[in-house]
Amino acid sequence: MTAVPSSLNPELSHAHGDDHEHHAHPSNNVFGFWLYLMTDCLLFASFFATYAVLYMNTAGGVSGKDIFELDYVGIETAALLLSSITFGFAMISAHAKKQKAVLAWLAVTFVFGAVFIGMEINEFHHLIAEGNGPQRSAFLTSFFSLVGLHGMHVTAGLIWMTTLIIEVARKGLGDKTVTRLSCLSLFWHFLDVVWICVFTVVYLMGAM
Amino acid sequence: MFIRNLSKLALFAIGFILTGCSGGILDPKGQVGVDEKNLIIISTILMLLVVVPVIVLTLYFAWKYRASRDFEIYAPKWAHSTKIEAVVWAIPIVIVVVLGVITWQSTQELDPYKPLEGKGKHMTVEVVSLDWKWLFIYPELGIASVNELAFPTGVPVKYKITSESVMNSFFIPQLGSQIYSMAGMETQIHLIADHPGTYDGYSANYSGEGFTGMQFKAIATPTQADFDAWVEKVRQQGGDLTKAQYSKLAERSENNPVEYFGHVDKGLFHSIVMKYMQDYGEMDYYSKPEDSAHMDHKDHMQHKKHMQMGAGE
Amino acid sequence: MSLFGKLTWDAVPFHVPIVMGTLAVVGLIGLVIAVLMTKHNKWGVFWRDWVTSIDHKRLGIMYIVLALVMLLRGFADAIMMRTQLAVATSGAEGYLPPEHYDQIFTAHGVIMIIFMAMPFMIGLMNIVLPLQIGARDVAFPFMNNLSFWLTTGGAILINLSLGVGEFAKTGWVAYPPLSELGYSPGVGVDYYIWALQISGLGTLLTGVNFLATVFKMRAPGMKLMDMPVFTWACTWANILIAASFPILTAVLAMLTLDRYLGFHFFTNEAGGNAMMYINLFWAWGHPEVYILILPAFGIFSEVISTFTGKRLFGYKSMIYASGAISILGFIVWLHHFFTMGSSANVNAFFGVMTMVIAVPTGVKLFNWLFTMYRGRLHLTPPVLWTLGFMVTFTIGGMTGVLLAIPGADFVLHNSLFLIAHFHNTIIGGAVFGYMAGFAYWFPKAVGFKLDERWGKASFWCWLVGFFVAFMPLYVLGFMGMTRRLNHTDNPDWNMWLYIACGGAVIVMFGILSQIIQLIVSYKNREALDDTTGDPWNGHTLEWSTASPPQYYNFAEIPTVHDIDAWTDMKEKGQAYKKPEVYAPIHMPKNTSAGVLMSAGFTTFCFAMIWHIWWLAAAGFLFGIVVFFKRCYTSDVDYYVMPAEIEEIEQAHIDSNKGGINA
Repeated sequence: MTAVPSSLNPELSHAHGDDHEHHAHPSNNVFGFWLYLMTDCLLFASFFATYAVLYMNTAGGVSGKDIFELDYVGIETAALLLSSITFGFAMISAHAKKQKAVLAWLAVTFVFGAVFIGMEINEFHHLIAEGNGPQRSAFLTSFFSLVGLHGMHVTAGLIWMTTLIIEVARKGLGDKTVTRLSCLSLFWHFLDVVWICVFTVVYLMGAM
Repeated sequence: MFIRNLSKLALFAIGFILTGCSGGILDPKGQVGVDEKNLIIISTILMLLVVVPVIVLTLYFAWKYRASRDFEIYAPKWAHSTKIEAVVWAIPIVIVVVLGVITWQSTQELDPYKPLEGKGKHMTVEVVSLDWKWLFIYPELGIASVNELAFPTGVPVKYKITSESVMNSFFIPQLGSQIYSMAGMETQIHLIADHPGTYDGYSANYSGEGFTGMQFKAIATPTQADFDAWVEKVRQQGGDLTKAQYSKLAERSENNPVEYFGHVDKGLFHSIVMKYMQDYGEMDYYSKPEDSAHMDHKDHMQHKKHMQMGAGE
Repeated sequence: MSLFGKLTWDAVPFHVPIVMGTLAVVGLIGLVIAVLMTKHNKWGVFWRDWVTSIDHKRLGIMYIVLALVMLLRGFADAIMMRTQLAVATSGAEGYLPPEHYDQIFTAHGVIMIIFMAMPFMIGLMNIVLPLQIGARDVAFPFMNNLSFWLTTGGAILINLSLGVGEFAKTGWVAYPPLSELGYSPGVGVDYYIWALQISGLGTLLTGVNFLATVFKMRAPGMKLMDMPVFTWACTWANILIAASFPILTAVLAMLTLDRYLGFHFFTNEAGGNAMMYINLFWAWGHPEVYILILPAFGIFSEVISTFTGKRLFGYKSMIYASGAISILGFIVWLHHFFTMGSSANVNAFFGVMTMVIAVPTGVKLFNWLFTMYRGRLHLTPPVLWTLGFMVTFTIGGMTGVLLAIPGADFVLHNSLFLIAHFHNTIIGGAVFGYMAGFAYWFPKAVGFKLDERWGKASFWCWLVGFFVAFMPLYVLGFMGMTRRLNHTDNPDWNMWLYIACGGAVIVMFGILSQIIQLIVSYKNREALDDTTGDPWNGHTLEWSTASPPQYYNFAEIPTVHDIDAWTDMKEKGQAYKKPEVYAPIHMPKNTSAGVLMSAGFTTFCFAMIWHIWWLAAAGFLFGIVVFFKRCYTSDVDYYVMPAEIEEIEQAHIDSNKGGINA
């Protein structure tokens, strides 16, 4: 019979809550999440490539020039970029273990993200109402899909953010929670980068 | 048993390559097919130079170093030799370089879009794949036929190919290359028959339920006069192919019998291609100057959608 | 729209005797298994120790069981096709009308690649890879379980299509516009889309999981260039998975949008571009074949070096060659459609790139040769599979290079020559590799060795059957026979079609031998028992564990000093040594979250196929809720106490008394 190191005993007495992926380290989670983002990057790349092939195929309907309003999209973009900065502040607060500040910054981030999504939905709604829905032409198909795919990611990010806000509010800033915040932060910045590509390739180049 | 089986089969395969067999791609009846057959034989021989030694060495080493022959040298830690490594990288590289050169040149020469050199003026046939039959339109003669294609021996033919619906592949094995037919775009191929005969033609790309019956006969008439007689027969027996009748023809049917049309509306093929191509933007995917010389409808600006690398450029 | 969407009783093909007969047999087998399990009170064990298991070794076994079951299904399709073509000659219609035949060849392709080869490969990787790198499990054990059940969900969907509705009649590539709603209005293509989508997601998660595992969880001392060659091969394959499966996800999503919401990605109308599908499909599809073959290469390396009792020749060359194959595998996709009318320069570029792959592949063959050189080769079944592979695959590689020459491809494309070629590489390469790996690691996973005689019988049947079945297809390709024909009318072809059918029957005997082999081995399991954990005097760490391995893999994580870490430990006398004290081992608990999530998402897919929107929403929500619940469960792990470890380890060491087995 060998002895159990006494330091282990307290850990054994209660559920080992802060170690989500078991014997693996939190760094595994962040690394794994990076890998996931790389695959997501390729998903977007496929949609970008498709957009590049189809954007001229307007089937006699509208082209990018006709429907893109750069001012409107500019505000949308600003909202998303600002949300990335505010998420950065949330992360700084998280590492400093300032629970209230984290909650406040996450709330601000959420509002910016929601503004972005709201504006996107509004844009889509107008286009569809004017008969320029994704069924109208291959150009619109690829436009709605690429922008919509990004929008769905942002929406998923907002849902995730909601759960984390609740988690931070109820459980504070444990290691597990901070790891999750780090992953969401990576996700959020990644979506920002993707949006910059969307903005450039779709809106800027399309409107010019 | 295994080795014997294998060598027998290998002999079979090689035998076929060298002697050819009737009716297939190793029994070509036109220049393109002959070139392709030679290409296959040369490349195969080149590859056998490395394939045969590998197979022989595999069996020899397996026999020589099997556990029961414990008098052979045993070197359990020997795992590296720069010399051997250099050789095993070099051999395949050399073969691939040689093959690469052959590939580059033959691909240029056998480009289906390239008219056949030194064969004189090309005759044009417009090919439409329908569900599930082939329509051949002769724009210079104003006639058309279904599931039967005719041309004089020794006259090169330029095929302009499109599809009414799904993708097919236009293929007459004994004449050589195939190419896809796709809706809303035009592909091209240039073939010639150097020997008279009736050759089997297929769709080489699966296109749905009636695909198997989507076969046709390609008749290389011995002389121009025979071809003219065939044309006369088509004119005599065939009705009109107007756009309305075309829509009827385009309806799904299987194992379609041969049909003739003595008169075809001018610009029918163009309208089939443009039906979907008009949805494309103004991007000129690809244009070959020599095509415009053959264009029948110069008043229409024709945008050829031609596959480029990655479809994106 | 009714409550059940498009689903009615008409969807069940009561009037098709073959389908109903199959369903009856499958139902009967299922019933027998269910009765036996009830009788022996095994449901609890099945649920606790298998379904909910997050142990990579058990998941690996389940993957392989899935693969073998699907092999039977896929092979049944194969033999139906071959008999149809042997019967339907000289103008005869045969017994399978296009309506069924077209579904069969589509299902055959999808099943063999996605639901046979992939699970087989992933199963072997699951069992072996964590052991080889000295890890206790993968980086994300729960996700591993989820991956398995997502793959299984896809397999369930494709099998459901047999009895409920229909499968796609488009060929396994499902090219639009044929796969668009206008030309394929039935649910077949929808089954195809959702089965691939859900299992593809599982595969993607596996790829990410195992990449994180090899980069983060190697035993101390094991540098990347010390990893066993099979682990390396799998790592390259996982990089390919992570880089290519998102493209499949994307292209399937686009086809889904076209079919469900009237989008115009690939339609003829409104400017859609079907060629984009074909490009994207093969941008995934070509790397996919390397995902299948690279781990097989790794298996051959392990087998050859183990059974010659030698170090692998040219370890670094092997790794770099696999890397070169992986990278080149991404820039050759266009060779699947030289006949689409690309310009000569584009075709030539992709042709030459394809040939370049022959270089690293050739190097690998030479390195296996020189591993045999001055070795002591034991002709066990794994070695036979390897030798069979080296001979067969060389021929397949040669015909592949031939097809890579655009000028030759113009006449060989879509002919039976092409069919013969890719079966030559996939059977002669990947499947032979998995069979070798199966026989090689079977004692490790299960605890007893496989019967050698039946193993050899199986090998010879497979090998001879393969040649008899596929060499005639090369000939038929040369004779101008194109693929996917339902019946033929050319007397010259008949003899070859008969021979090919005979070959399929020989392969069937190979599969039968394997089934008998499993039964015989199970019966003789005591005589075949592997008490040592190292039955072949192996080189790598998986052989340092017991057979089957302790559920925590390693009582103490080993420190690695050599590529052949286990050989090194045996030579230095460090093997089978007990540490002073055992530390408690932190282990993850089993969970039902994976199977429940998959059940939710599979229901979602099924409901989407039949347009049962409420059920789709319910299934999807269920999956998400289970996921969130899992995220917020804290009772996910436990410790194995030293007393228990001590007992298990002592048993393993005792069975190796007398030192290292010879």
